[in-house]
Amino acid sequence: MTATETTPAHLATEDRFVPIQTRSERPTSFDPADFGTPTGREVNWRLSDLKRLAPLLVDEETETGAEPAIEYGLAELEAAGLLVESTGHDAAPRGEVFRPEDVVSAIAWKRCENALHIRLPEGQVQEQPVIARLHGTGAERRANAHIVVEAMPGSVGTIVLHHSGSARYAQNLEIIVREGARLTLVSVQDWQDDAVHASAHQAVVGDGAYLKHMVVSFGGGVVRVNPSMRLAGHRAEGEMFGLSFSDSGQHIESQVFMFHEGVETRGDVLYKGALQGEGARSVWIGDVLIGQDATGTDSYEKNQNLVLTDGARADSIPNLEIKTGDIAGAGHASATGRFDDEQLFYLQSRGIEEEEARRLVVIGFLMEIVQKIGVPEIEERLAEAIEEELRRGAGLAPASKAGA
Amino acid sequence: MSVLDIKDLRVSIETEQGSKEILRGVDLTINSDEIHAIMGPNGSGKSTLAYTLAGHPRYTVDGGSITLDGEDVLEMSVDERARAGLFLAMQYPVEIPGVTVSNFLRTAKTAISGEAPRVREWIGDVRGAMEKLRMDPSFGERNVNEGFSGGEKKRHEILQMELLRPRFAVLDETDSGLDVDALRIVSEGVNRIKGETGLGVLLITHYTRILRYIQPDHVHVFVNGRIAEQGGRELADRLEEEGYDRYLKAGV
Ligand SMILES: Nc1ncnc2c1ncn2[C@@H]1O[C@H](COP(=O)(O)OP(=O)(O)OP(=O)(O)O)[C@@H](O)[C@H]1O
Ligand SMILES: [Mg+2]
Repeated sequence: MTATETTPAHLATEDRFVPIQTRSERPTSFDPADFGTPTGREVNWRLSDLKRLAPLLVDEETETGAEPAIEYGLAELEAAGLLVESTGHDAAPRGEVFRPEDVVSAIAWKRCENALHIRLPEGQVQEQPVIARLHGTGAERRANAHIVVEAMPGSVGTIVLHHSGSARYAQNLEIIVREGARLTLVSVQDWQDDAVHASAHQAVVGDGAYLKHMVVSFGGGVVRVNPSMRLAGHRAEGEMFGLSFSDSGQHIESQVFMFHEGVETRGDVLYKGALQGEGARSVWIGDVLIGQDATGTDSYEKNQNLVLTDGARADSIPNLEIKTGDIAGAGHASATGRFDDEQLFYLQSRGIEEEEARRLVVIGFLMEIVQKIGVPEIEERLAEAIEEELRRGAGLAPASKAGA
Repeated sequence: MSVLDIKDLRVSIETEQGSKEILRGVDLTINSDEIHAIMGPNGSGKSTLAYTLAGHPRYTVDGGSITLDGEDVLEMSVDERARAGLFLAMQYPVEIPGVTVSNFLRTAKTAISGEAPRVREWIGDVRGAMEKLRMDPSFGERNVNEGFSGGEKKRHEILQMELLRPRFAVLDETDSGLDVDALRIVSEGVNRIKGETGLGVLLITHYTRILRYIQPDHVHVFVNGRIAEQGGRELADRLEEEGYDRYLKAGV
């Protein structure tokens, strides 16, 4: 792995978030100046759409006007009693686990005074998924945010962040899953096509706790959601699922990091992406690290992309690093394919027209992830969005044999 | 009464070493309610014939014709052929992740008959057909062919044939991989459908056992891309005893 160009002044070594090898050797800092401006050669920017992300690299005051760039629809959270006041950069648990790893994240940290703090109270079982609705009010408008989602010991619940509208939005999401808690967190990027969104998620999962983390991206111009999960506790379990549909001109990126730190942790990473149209891009970089003390680890990561037309490009880079000899199992896989002729043939040989056959195959391909969401409203919205994409793609020529 | 007519069919495939000729002039006429068995050594082109009938894009037709009641089948797309009444039970059915059997069957039925089947009736039909093939109803919720055993895949092919009601069916080694009971159940299925609809069948097989259940009207020996000999069911018995040496030596 190439080293980054910058050398931040203060690395966060003294804290709980101990930087570890390779992926986590990545420098962290709360000061944007420490990162400098990325050149596009850095390992974490190499495949990014820096041009369109540029507005998020500027360290300046945001949210100055009376009308917020992002409207936060928090009624459901409020009704469920999950909102906690958080004032100032030092308000705990803000910063308990989060360390900005790039300049956008450091700016978002610095320029967001008051975090949005969502907390599942200790032992509370939240039966219904709770949706926070984040709506961008304009493509030219810029916003920075720090959000903390904290599942207290023994709590159970599902929190959804649904993004719509348009904005230039940098976002940090700090996720703390305390002992024995079971949290599902779904981030849905349902933006308009001119939105620019960069988000850094950092999660820590405690003893016997479980986190299902999902990134669902189908709208937006540039969407960069980089989640990392640290399975810190004994028998911590984590699943990271992702689904993306990149259309012409859309750049959807996820740099995913799963760190097995505790003993007998179990991790599963599965990201699937469909792409269609000229200039459709998806970037997936998946790192799994099994730490020195992570004996009995069970880990798997996979990325699969389905290229529907020529002119689309999927980059997929899985990395697996194991620091202990005593693991239960670890594997990784990455596959980028075009439409499977055999599948299409099979369906067509049963009388199903080509367009309908393609629809079945694409929906089938993505369904594995859709079915894991478990939030009916989001599943329906997603099914609708996929149909919409397919209608848009219907006129495009299928990926040629040599393509993909 | 329908006729599927294959005349002087020549087919090749593109390989890395260039084009390779596989079918070298096949002539075959199948009428409704007839059973034609095709037997022949591995690699002689039996599946190629089956796939070409269904319109698989891998195969290039270099000459000859296929007509269904005078209609040019070669002009039709894969799905048009199925809607015209052709059905291929594949030697290696394809897995389709994320598409459930019940969704697949309903979509196919809707495509073939041009309208969605009436829900209650359809559910009954599917359940009944599955029962007759001794398939557990839970298959309906599973993804198409995913994780099916070899025999389960074959039963699933026949299930589709039962529900889609084609005029002509090509069964490509449907008997391979079936246990003795399944072989009987599947054969009974084919006979039942034929009895009900006058289905014409092209049965590709390596074994005479299935021919005890499904009585062929004609047996064709397929060697090196063409039909080397034709006869009645006694020909199948002879093949089982003597093998194909006779034809291979003759250099057909
Ligand atoms: N992609 C390919 N590249 C090279 N040769 C091929 C390809 N596909 C098919 N063939 C060849 O075409 C010939 C005919 O194959 P086919 O599958 O039709 O045989 P078959 O009679 O069905 O055999 P079996 O009894 O084993 O099922 C074989 O020699 C096979 O190797
Ligand atoms: Mg074959």
